[in-house]
Amino acid sequence: MNDPGPRFSLDGEDVPFRPGETVLEAATRAGRHIPHLCWHRGFAPHGSCRLCMVAVGGRLVAACSTAAEPGAELTLHSEALARERRTLLQLLFVEGNHFCPSCEQSGSCRLQAEACEAGMLGPHFEELYPARPVDASHPDLLLDTNRCILCGLCVRASAQVDGKAVFALGGRGLGTHLVVGSASGRLADTDLAADDLAARICPVGALLPKRRGFAVPIGQRRYDRVPISAQPEPDDGLAPGAVPPAGAEAGR
Amino acid sequence: MDLRYPPPDLAAARATAAADAALAAHGHDRHGLLQMLVALQAGLGWLPRPALDRLAAALGLPPAEVLGVAGFYRFLHLAPVGRLRLLFADHITDRHQGAPALMARLCARLGVRPGQVRADGAVSVDTTACIGLSDQGPSLLVNHALVLTRLDAARIDALAALVDAGTPTADWPADWQQVDEPVRRADLLLADASAPGAALAQALARPGSALIDELAAARLRGRGGAGYPVADKWRACAATPAPARAVVCNADEGEPGTFKDRTLLRLQPDAVLEGMTLAAHAVGARHGFIYLRGEYRWLLPGLQQVLERRRAAGLLGRGIAGRAGFDFDIAIHLGAGAYVCGEESALLESLEGRRGVPRIRPPYPATHGWRGLPTVLNNVETFCCVAQIAQRGGAWWAGIGTPQSTGTKIHSVAGDCDRPGLYEYPCGTPVQRILDDCGAREPQAVLVGGPSGQCLSVADFGRRIAHEDLRSAGAFTVLDRRRDLFELARQTAQFFAHESCGFCTPCRVGTTLVLRRLDKIAAGSGSRHDLDALDELDHLLHDGTTHCGLGASAGKVLRDTVRAFRPAFAQRLRSPHFVPGFDLDAELSQARALTGRSDDGAHLATRPEPTA
Amino acid sequence: MSAGAPQRKWRVATVSLAGCFGCHMAFLDLDERLLALIERVEFDRSPLTDLKTVGPCDIGLVEGGLCNAENVHVLRAFRAQCKTLVAVGACAITGGLPAQRNHLRIDDVLRAVYQQRPGLAAGAAVPDDPELPLPLNRVHPIHEVVHVDHSLPGCPPPADAFWALLTDLMAGRTPRLGPGLIHYD
Repeated sequence: MNDPGPRFSLDGEDVPFRPGETVLEAATRAGRHIPHLCWHRGFAPHGSCRLCMVAVGGRLVAACSTAAEPGAELTLHSEALARERRTLLQLLFVEGNHFCPSCEQSGSCRLQAEACEAGMLGPHFEELYPARPVDASHPDLLLDTNRCILCGLCVRASAQVDGKAVFALGGRGLGTHLVVGSASGRLADTDLAADDLAARICPVGALLPKRRGFAVPIGQRRYDRVPISAQPEPDDGLAPGAVPPAGAEAGR
Repeated sequence: MDLRYPPPDLAAARATAAADAALAAHGHDRHGLLQMLVALQAGLGWLPRPALDRLAAALGLPPAEVLGVAGFYRFLHLAPVGRLRLLFADHITDRHQGAPALMARLCARLGVRPGQVRADGAVSVDTTACIGLSDQGPSLLVNHALVLTRLDAARIDALAALVDAGTPTADWPADWQQVDEPVRRADLLLADASAPGAALAQALARPGSALIDELAAARLRGRGGAGYPVADKWRACAATPAPARAVVCNADEGEPGTFKDRTLLRLQPDAVLEGMTLAAHAVGARHGFIYLRGEYRWLLPGLQQVLERRRAAGLLGRGIAGRAGFDFDIAIHLGAGAYVCGEESALLESLEGRRGVPRIRPPYPATHGWRGLPTVLNNVETFCCVAQIAQRGGAWWAGIGTPQSTGTKIHSVAGDCDRPGLYEYPCGTPVQRILDDCGAREPQAVLVGGPSGQCLSVADFGRRIAHEDLRSAGAFTVLDRRRDLFELARQTAQFFAHESCGFCTPCRVGTTLVLRRLDKIAAGSGSRHDLDALDELDHLLHDGTTHCGLGASAGKVLRDTVRAFRPAFAQRLRSPHFVPGFDLDAELSQARALTGRSDDGAHLATRPEPTA
Repeated sequence: MSAGAPQRKWRVATVSLAGCFGCHMAFLDLDERLLALIERVEFDRSPLTDLKTVGPCDIGLVEGGLCNAENVHVLRAFRAQCKTLVAVGACAITGGLPAQRNHLRIDDVLRAVYQQRPGLAAGAAVPDDPELPLPLNRVHPIHEVVHVDHSLPGCPPPADAFWALLTDLMAGRTPRLGPGLIHYD
């Protein structure tokens, strides 16, 4: 009889994994959805959104940064974790200005899709209504930081795949914000191009192509009929491990 | 030397010249970026964009990344902050000793608003977190380099006069900068009178692994608060194959109310450096660093002198103690105002010239540390313990203290007591003993371990400070009968909201929501609903969703004070029913002012009239 | 209540504060189900009845957020009179479209519109009649001023969501919106 290979269990069902995979990588490959926002297939783990928390051995760990271990018993779906996930999403929603009805990403937005599926009905906490800049200087791209969730995917994609390093995260604490590296601070004065991975990778509506408004009718958008948990993970053509960690991540 | 910043020079040429000098001084090494930025801040008074772009170009870094690093640290400024930046330490003891009133007085005398630069560019005044002088506060940090202690109204008035007169800092009264080291109870570490090199000579007679065995026999735990077994760290480091290894001393001492490392660095610097050198021998390390918090920059000249002396004596550098091949030296890197850089992986990021954001762990620094090399990273006090154990053996050390907390521990005691200062006891000393010894006056509560520690009421004063019971890096803050425990919780929340590195969602947003909720209660708009919301947020932080221990600890004091001092909260609640979180009448202020209306319709009550 | 006894009708009040009435239109999308609904429900104050004041009610459906003082008075009356208060739609729940003005100062906006725009008559001023409700400095969701029992997200929520909420409440169940019924636009 063939050895089925190493596996861990997630909510009671086995998930096979390859050596070196994280829990999130293995689960995703097996078609099991663990909510996440700052992970993207092909990139090294990041760990900022915290949405991918799973419970193991009485502790919570981020599935994106936890190595798969044989025989481990992990819980994703529990009352307590569902509550924590909803609260994390509420924190993200009140932190920025996430006005879905006028956002072109609505219906294909990962933040929105995870929140709807998590059963988030509203912000619950008070809205912070920060004053955040919108940069429409670029001929082809709109940067609306009201919607930015600081996942850093555009930063990493621009530096590690496009080789341009247009973006970085600046400031600290609640003042953390996306920095554009041109002398003027405007997107138009960078070499960001519309077909860069950085320009296409934003999981929400913070960095969008111009001149495309509501192109897909409501009801036919990516997450309208099929929830995000039942959809294949986008990979933008990047194989697992395709983007070697660089800079800060290289020390790991 | 006049530490006043020069008037801001917008000329790009001067900025790029300063950048070139900083590059040269730090070997054109990308890992020295933070040190270059600190040097630029000191020389120019701020970080003009041309200087940053010059650094980026010379180091091969994206300009966005350099901006990102510069914007992370509190002591680095992307806009001028005046010739004198005066930062009042804002720990709970400073507040209790009247620092807010002194700051208001200074601002009034100077004609400046807190947080703003005066129109003539002479000065700006603001607060900063504890600067390690809570035993002799209220205190002030000047241009991130010079400290003033024991402030009172007279000193404030005199300071205002000096600022307005443009007097160079070198001509300010020297006694303002007096920092005492009130050692109230010395034991093994504070009374150490070993000759420099004595421990090293002993240890070098045996292989490095023998020292690690002694540390294991000693059951020594780290003294920075986390208490990890030291031998395990060192063994893991030594066992990891690598082209080189490093030893890093965590001298960030950012936990408010902690100042015992300040004392050790001033009174026992040889012991610290000896301990680091012993570590280098034990694991085979070549690179050594002391990460010194920016608030302790004034310690730098003294430490550099000790390093020079030890190099001259053959205790550092090439061929230490005559041993060919035993090459190890220590560089001092400054922090720049970030509590999170006391967390070991964030410290390493900072030491590599990056934003001080904690890493994903595992792997841990022992196997993947500074620049990916296996690294021993320990607290100042831990290295002093090592120097003791190297001389007298692990079994001897293990006989002191408790089974799980061997040896002695230094506590930095401050607050409402007659004798603040340093108290060293064998581990396992009851809180009450320390209260008696320091002359605590009718203590109501004790904060053990700072804002990330535990707040104890009288019922718990019999508990002991050891890993079996209360863990602490050393901060011991006494609050007497007068003090408001709700305000302690609120100030702790302010601290964490300001110090959050901002990387992960629960800490970045959650700490601010906690603070806002406590502000709401403080403003008289609190209800039971608010305590419930706080509980929800505390669960999120505490249950393990955060990326590092800062966020996980952010709710501890709140939880402790709500549990043990509930009346302080309950009495602040306006109503058992829901109360809005903002002043509804104030929300009409703009329209009311613009229309000039004062009729009833132009006003709103924050709470509706009670219904039957 | 026993099965055969006549049951009191549920009193339901509805209002649009700083809303576009789109949520009310979505409610009317119940179409034929409205006929079944009115067997069990009587409307109190509502645009549907044109009753102007709210009395004691079982359920209050509030569309729209708070943008002026009058909104606050009406919301408070609804909270006082309705046993169960429901925030309906994006505006009531998050502030919605009206809240997009929150990064601006309202006095700057009023000045620009009433005093500084080109083409105004001489002596143009910001209207100050005491009957006009004054706008709040910032638009607020309703849960920041009163306790809200349930929320129906959407812009607008689908009719099915209204149906699920009302049938759950009338059956004594905690309202639960099933898959597909939660969206934010």
